[in-house]
Amino acid sequence: MIRLDSLKKTPLYDTHLKYGAKMIEFAGFSMPVQYESILKEHEAVRKNAGLFDVSHMGEIIIEGKDSEKFINYMVTNDITKISAYQAMYSPMCYSNGTTVDDLLVYKFSNEKYMLVVNASNIDKDYNWIIENKSGYNIDVKNISNEISELALQGPKSQEILEKMTEYNLDNMKYYHFDKINLDGVDCLISRSGYTGEDGFEIFLKNDYAQSMWEKVLAVGEEFGIKPAGLGARDTLRFEAGLPLYGNELSEDITPFEAGLGFFVKLEKDFIGRDALFKQKQEELKRKIVGFEMIDNGIPRHGYDVYAQGEKIGYVTTGYQSPSLKKNIGMALIKSQFAINGNEINIIIRNKPYKAFVTSKNFYKKNYKK
Amino acid sequence: MKILEGLYYSKNHEWVKVEGDKAYVGITDFAQHSLGDIVYAELPEIDTVLNAGDTLGTVESVKAASDVYCPISGKVVEVNQSVADDPSLLNSDPYENWMICIEMTDKGELEQLMSPGEYREFCN
Repeated sequence: MIRLDSLKKTPLYDTHLKYGAKMIEFAGFSMPVQYESILKEHEAVRKNAGLFDVSHMGEIIIEGKDSEKFINYMVTNDITKISAYQAMYSPMCYSNGTTVDDLLVYKFSNEKYMLVVNASNIDKDYNWIIENKSGYNIDVKNISNEISELALQGPKSQEILEKMTEYNLDNMKYYHFDKINLDGVDCLISRSGYTGEDGFEIFLKNDYAQSMWEKVLAVGEEFGIKPAGLGARDTLRFEAGLPLYGNELSEDITPFEAGLGFFVKLEKDFIGRDALFKQKQEELKRKIVGFEMIDNGIPRHGYDVYAQGEKIGYVTTGYQSPSLKKNIGMALIKSQFAINGNEINIIIRNKPYKAFVTSKNFYKKNYKK
Repeated sequence: MKILEGLYYSKNHEWVKVEGDKAYVGITDFAQHSLGDIVYAELPEIDTVLNAGDTLGTVESVKAASDVYCPISGKVVEVNQSVADDPSLLNSDPYENWMICIEMTDKGELEQLMSPGEYREFCN
């Protein structure tokens, strides 16, 4: 049993308790898994808006003459394709092609970037970056402990923020960001998120996190906003087919296996490029698929997947989808079985339950273009 | 947290309501609250013989599956189909919505369970 009081806390810890959150351990942090109900928080994000504390996420600043060249060598996507004040999603790989982390690259200029990384991987990413930086003229700073992050997600997000700033958010496209004064506080705000809905991610100094949280909830009240925990964050990202590091991606899974080939640009040089090139030439041995249950059972992370009497893989994430009311999941299975419509068995409490393979984009994303 | 008088309670947060040789079994308010939104309930077949401590079924919240244990031995004579059809009933009224009815083979086992007062202390 992990002692909750030995865990790291975000600047919003006391606020979560005040709002009646149920706290759990996540990536070494004590984090709210839910306030009132995962289902209600999930629904609020799909219909109106939800506010998440994601201050556990890491921020690493890379600055200096070689920043662009260096980051482009570290990640699989091509960051030379983005302009200043644009962000880009990318996996970062080991030389064998498996995944160190998946992250967002925020570009301020050719000489300054911010990487937003998974909480569970902050130290690992930082060390990996330091290990590989020799010969590059760059400075690397891990500012994770100084920065809070709030995610405001859902179709009403823009209307809520508009009440707190003069900035014209209509001009901010998906995966763009800017320095914005929000209710008198200097923030960095991007139009991005992890729920399949329109929304914003707000970075600000720790000192302002608590008052900003209260302010956004107060302004959002008339729009039906709810504070939302990691429970809803996971059901929301899962329905939208978005990967979670530790489930769909890991030090054992390559971006191709995870279905993230779109974010791997083999025409440039980067760590893991040769291994991934080879994997693309040969056929993939296994890959992540979506599936839907035929029999009445809920699939869960780690359950075995069988077909034709043999074990073909395991469930990476599974839920009863709150939006679709179906029992669905994602699984890493042998490629020969990864055909839409193919019947597979999920082993639930030692019994096989029938399911069929389907696309993992269960819920159509509502991003603003 | 609600604890009803007149029921027996187990350490796994099940309640038992005795009517003659029969006993109704469900999960407590404490259990439903710690589970969160319950979205699935699996109940045993009628005529299943259970020993005290056996798994009688499973309830699943959005996040996780949890076994429900049978606090007393006997044969399942009734299952509450409305709970299987709408598991959220276990959240809205956990004492009204029993899961199974069992014909007890040893009423003496009830002595091993907790009184409402003991259970209240156990939960604190």
